[in-house]
Amino acid sequence: MPEPKAGYDRATRRLWPLLAAPGVLWLIAFFLVPFYAVMAVAFSGTIDIFGEPIPAWNPLDWQFGTFTGVVSDSVSGTFQAVWTRTALYSFWALLICVAIGYPVAYYTARLAGRRRGLILALILAPWWINYITRMLAWVNLLQDDGYVNNFLRLFGVTPISWLSGNSFTVVVALAYGYLPFFIIPLFASLDRIDQRLLEASRDLGIGPIRTFLHVTLPLSRMGLITALVITALPMAGDYYTNTLVSGSPNTNMVGNQIELFLLQGPLKNLGASLVLLLSLLLLVFMAYYLVLTQRASRDAR
Amino acid sequence: MSVIEARGAHKATSLPAKKRVPPWRNPWRRPYILSGITWLYIVWSLLPIVIAVQFSFNDGRSRSTWQGFSTQWYCCTDASVFEDPSLLLSLKNSLILAVATVVVATPLGVMLAMGLTRWRSRTSQVANTISLIPLATPEIVVGSALYLVMINLYSFIPLGRPAMLLGHVTFSISYVVVIVRSRLLSIGNEYEVAARDLGATSVQAIRTVLIPLLMPAVFASAMIVFATSLDDFVVSQFLFGDASNITVPIKLYNAVRAAPTPALNALATLLLVGSLLALVLAYLLLRARKRGPDSALEELTTFEGA
Repeated sequence: MPEPKAGYDRATRRLWPLLAAPGVLWLIAFFLVPFYAVMAVAFSGTIDIFGEPIPAWNPLDWQFGTFTGVVSDSVSGTFQAVWTRTALYSFWALLICVAIGYPVAYYTARLAGRRRGLILALILAPWWINYITRMLAWVNLLQDDGYVNNFLRLFGVTPISWLSGNSFTVVVALAYGYLPFFIIPLFASLDRIDQRLLEASRDLGIGPIRTFLHVTLPLSRMGLITALVITALPMAGDYYTNTLVSGSPNTNMVGNQIELFLLQGPLKNLGASLVLLLSLLLLVFMAYYLVLTQRASRDAR
Repeated sequence: MSVIEARGAHKATSLPAKKRVPPWRNPWRRPYILSGITWLYIVWSLLPIVIAVQFSFNDGRSRSTWQGFSTQWYCCTDASVFEDPSLLLSLKNSLILAVATVVVATPLGVMLAMGLTRWRSRTSQVANTISLIPLATPEIVVGSALYLVMINLYSFIPLGRPAMLLGHVTFSISYVVVIVRSRLLSIGNEYEVAARDLGATSVQAIRTVLIPLLMPAVFASAMIVFATSLDDFVVSQFLFGDASNITVPIKLYNAVRAAPTPALNALATLLLVGSLLALVLAYLLLRARKRGPDSALEELTTFEGA
């Protein structure tokens, strides 16, 4: 972008920070300060008469007992199960996302031809349909006497109780919920691959499978990583999917534990510590996503 | 498009030669497997929604057995969306909240985007990072952080509509910034410089030149903020306070496991229609400026896809 040459006086230069100021102040007050509040509650050393933690606003008053306790309980103790489940469910759900999302994104970006617009619209649609509504739709189908069990009965399968603490249902529901978010960044990256590179590979006598492994896959690696990060971030903090399709403590993930502590009991310092630990574990992903977003907005023409 | 033509041309010349290639070696063979997976995925992802919408028109209480068509769950019976006070309340709350979020977040985000794009200094890079962090933060972290600050530090802000509005605006600003800034970068600053050379003051240049050029992006981001606010569940659930402030997603969440009627499906259908309408408007606005349906769709894909 050409630098302004004439007519840009000091007043104009001062105008831009002035325009940005309200938004920046808003985000400091309602994003950064709240995050500080999480630390103040997590590191609080005192509780009031209702057993609620009194936030320690001064870093000098911070007590790390609760937090370190939560960390050691997470490694081996009461919270170990929820963390393991979060990791396992996210892993399997992400695997399903790759297995279904990659072919779909590839087909839409490179092979859909004239139907491309239609397919893209249909793939984008669930993105804008309320998440809870999409889960609600599945809860309807998965009832004991719902369509899924009725369909399976045709093949002689005895009705399965899908909605009471079934890990399989939770994993599939997570994959179902987040697949649209997974497909879109991957689509964007596959769409950018130069067709001539694939044709060159074919012209040199390389078959479709080796072309895919040696040309397409390496070229879409960044898109795949982006898609995994975008999907993994919300999935790791998910609690509503679990509540809707399972509702059993046997499938609780860390999000459920956080919601329980913060909204349904006085142990808010435990909840805040778990939020902090979750943020720390996801920090690498968050930083990576941030770099990507910044790069994307810088590269935008 | 050129792929298809090339495929046709190749067939015409190579088939008479009778040099048979096994199908897995032929790069121009129709991608039956991939198209099969894609269409199966689309059916899997959308069919449940279609069935849920269908049952909102069921002529009976069941949400799994079809008993004929009726609009009784939308209007004019006691348990319908427009007669049941709690369902109607959630609908009203959601709409008020979404409109208020648009009204507050759009100007804040547009100003922030303009400021961040043109203001070049070390501070602006910090501000830039701050404006994007909310996009990268899991909702449960945003929700619980806002909840903890509201009950402990900002106790003058009551939980309920004011707190929810603050929360929704906070995550919406980043969307507006991303959309408006991509438009600002594509405009460049030549128009403003020209306006300034012709004697406009900097404020006049912004008002009469920059703002009109930005209008499509501003409206599109307003529509997207509307749809996102309407659909938000996590932040709302942490901040709604008591039952008088529940929104549609919270109502749906609470009711799913408590013997729901098709009125719940009707409520979900209305929510869906609301956010899809906003999306179609945003799409049309983007298409008007980009010319071509595919490029506007692809523009929509960049909003969250970095």
